[in-house]
Amino acid sequence: MSDNSAVKDPFIRVVKRGDMKSGPKICIRIGSVVVSLIVCGILINVITGLNPVAVYVTMFKGAFGSTRRSFATIREMMMLACVAIGLAPAFKMKFWNIGAEGQILIGGIVSAGCMINLNMLPTFPLLIIMFATSAAAGALWALLPAVFKAKWNTNETLFTLMMNYVAIQLTSFFVSKWENPKGSNTVGIINSNTQAGWFPEIFGQKYTLNIILVVTLAILMWVYLKYTKHGYEIAVVGDSENTARYAGISVSKVIIRTMLLSGAVCGIAGFLAVSGASHTISTSTAGGRGFTAIIVAWLAKFNSFYMLLIALLLAFLGSGATEIASKCKLNDYASDMIIGIILFFILASEFFINYRLVFRKHAKEEA
Amino acid sequence: MSETVIELRNVTKTFGSVTSNDHVSMKIEKGEILALLGENGSGKTSLMNMLSGIYFPDEGEIILNGKPVVIRDPRDAYELGIGMVHQHFKLVDVFTASENMILGIDPKAKLDRRKIAAQIKEICDKYGFVIDPDKKVYDMSVSEKQTLEIVKVLYRGADILILDEPTAVLTPQETERLFDVVRNMKKNGKTVIIITHKLHEVLSISDRVAILRRGQYIGTVNTSEATESSLTEMMVGKKVELNIERPVADKKPLLLEVRNLNCINPEGLQVLKDINFDVYGGEILGIAGISGSGQKELLESIAGLQRNEKGSSIIYYQPHSRDESIDGDQLVGKSPREIRDLGIRLSFVPEDRLGMGLVGSMGMTENMMLKDYRSNGHIFTDVKKPRQLAEKIKDELEVVTPGISTPVKNLSGGNVQKVLVGREIAASPTVLMTAYVVRGLDINTSYTIYHLLNEQKKKGSAVIFVGEDLDVMVALCDRIIVLCDGRINGVLEYKPDGDNKDFNKGNIGLMMTKIDYRDTADGGKKDE
Repeated sequence: MSDNSAVKDPFIRVVKRGDMKSGPKICIRIGSVVVSLIVCGILINVITGLNPVAVYVTMFKGAFGSTRRSFATIREMMMLACVAIGLAPAFKMKFWNIGAEGQILIGGIVSAGCMINLNMLPTFPLLIIMFATSAAAGALWALLPAVFKAKWNTNETLFTLMMNYVAIQLTSFFVSKWENPKGSNTVGIINSNTQAGWFPEIFGQKYTLNIILVVTLAILMWVYLKYTKHGYEIAVVGDSENTARYAGISVSKVIIRTMLLSGAVCGIAGFLAVSGASHTISTSTAGGRGFTAIIVAWLAKFNSFYMLLIALLLAFLGSGATEIASKCKLNDYASDMIIGIILFFILASEFFINYRLVFRKHAKEEA
Repeated sequence: MSETVIELRNVTKTFGSVTSNDHVSMKIEKGEILALLGENGSGKTSLMNMLSGIYFPDEGEIILNGKPVVIRDPRDAYELGIGMVHQHFKLVDVFTASENMILGIDPKAKLDRRKIAAQIKEICDKYGFVIDPDKKVYDMSVSEKQTLEIVKVLYRGADILILDEPTAVLTPQETERLFDVVRNMKKNGKTVIIITHKLHEVLSISDRVAILRRGQYIGTVNTSEATESSLTEMMVGKKVELNIERPVADKKPLLLEVRNLNCINPEGLQVLKDINFDVYGGEILGIAGISGSGQKELLESIAGLQRNEKGSSIIYYQPHSRDESIDGDQLVGKSPREIRDLGIRLSFVPEDRLGMGLVGSMGMTENMMLKDYRSNGHIFTDVKKPRQLAEKIKDELEVVTPGISTPVKNLSGGNVQKVLVGREIAASPTVLMTAYVVRGLDINTSYTIYHLLNEQKKKGSAVIFVGEDLDVMVALCDRIIVLCDGRINGVLEYKPDGDNKDFNKGNIGLMMTKIDYRDTADGGKKDE
């Protein structure tokens, strides 16, 4: 009876948790960020011998050290949040829109086109036209995969992804068409003397309009997803298309409508990038934000306000990490590493929210 | 004879906040047929899963032939001679019987088809199975698949077989055949544990019955000393009236007229063939058949969820309009929404509760508004009425949930079904369609639901009841249509004051399998 040492209990077992209260959940999430910062610090110290605290101070300075830097960080945050807000309805519907990158670019091209060709208009009407046309362009870019998905059930992941490359090629085409000065193969700063089509300063700050626009979008999207019939339909389709059909919801209509919306908001992000930030267009205008925003949207579970927070975190990490890369003479990849580690910990925290580990009891209590 | 082969001591298993098995201690004797009886959710399957290595107990010991053992995975279980046939078969569809047999046993072994076929034949002859080693699983009927699963377990040298709800998918005739095999296995010294909740089967096959209730072990009795009502009492914890009433409605208006209904599924198979029948208010119309005989497509055709072939017709008559000889509405080609917009109150409890009837990630309130969230005039959803309805259903049907905003996928199967049935009945339907409405429900809930269906019938609604428990169908339904392979293979009618000798499950069982009835019921038509 006593020799049960031959076969042992498994060392670690994963056990599902019951429902967790929101207090401990938030603690686990914050804790994961703290732990990840500590791990990064240790890693930095081991590899470079730098004082991790100093590194983090540099990081913070890099992100918010001066007005110009705060501007850059907040602009970046708004940009990311805007794309994430655009992606949220699509992903909530389980439509894997990997095409935000392309939708941003198309919105950006249209914005730049308006700036170049309609620069005689006064600022306000010009901005409205740019806003509307870039939204329409983004919507059209998303419409194509949506129609194919709705009518023939094509794979939207591949379709939207490939649309990105078409958008990049289109951007190259327009860059060479609009290049200024000739032969530079860049568009240069558009309307640098008239500033036509640039976001005006409001309350003495250059990024106020970015904030107003994105926060408005965030609130609208939150209401749309949570309280409207459309939002309800998106949630039903996302949970089960069969249930949607059973309820009499036209699945293809919802897919097309939602993708138009998703593409439009991503197009607006392109407008933000061109008119509210760089004042130029290039193939790197989207700069991978269409992909990063997917992480933002999912981590936030499609809640607009969490998206703003997570976008802030990522924007902060992005500009702070670039700063330490140059200040502490770390390689550029060091910043990617830090972001990677932090994201890894945040994702891992979700695992611990849903499961707990049970270790083998060391001594079996036997009489 | 009474030599203990397995002893469980204080075995406990929890899933999150749910305790599936609570300090279960019991003994299984060598060479017996033990029925493990309990309602759904009483922990029968999870207890057996711990013997077969699917789960690992949180606490407690398993003692096999006097020695404590630790079963970490199914391979450990096989090495100890324990094999389990799961309710959901674990077979590879595109493999043949023999390929499935050797799957996962020894990765280095060569696939010697002739040797395996010989071994299969030996097992089959010994116990009375019939199996074709070269048949692909996707060509097999459910009972063939089950046979294969059992042979697979025997092939791997199991001395203790656990069968999880083996008769759930079988016709009465197939069940008898299975029981013969089980008796043969016993004769050959195997220990067989049958998980079930069907009382008459327990009484006819087992030597002893072990009863679980809500994760706790209640006791073991000798089958010879047990009766249906004594077992039910142990299972439920109180006396339960096991009678289903069959009230007679005074008016039976024609509500649905189904004509030449044909349906071809996306794979190109004809799943409904020339279906003709009528549905009347004030009656419960049963639809029997082996699962996958077209029941799903039939109900979905009526609900507007299937594409039907040209010439198919389903006419709906409003209960009051028939007297005024107004034409009915054609339902074929209409979407569920269009049907509802015609003012037709059609309720449908689909087989796939969370995948079709409900939105799993939403709470009760949001599920209540699934079908009529559009009814208000503005763009926002209105949650006040759905919330009241959710509260009402929660109270009246005693839905166990932490709150009406808890996602319904976190509820137990029975409670999920109460939410769905509650919503569908609250819409006061004229036609109520239900598919396997009591599957997975405990006895009390099942009888509550039969009662609710009878209430609907008394109100003059038509109830279409797709079922699998033939005993229940015979007791509940006024008429039973038997489907076989997409055709109506026969119709049985209960006469309230007449001779009901033919209205029995044996007849239904025969009609469910094609051989006997195809020629007689259908022969004339084929020549046309």
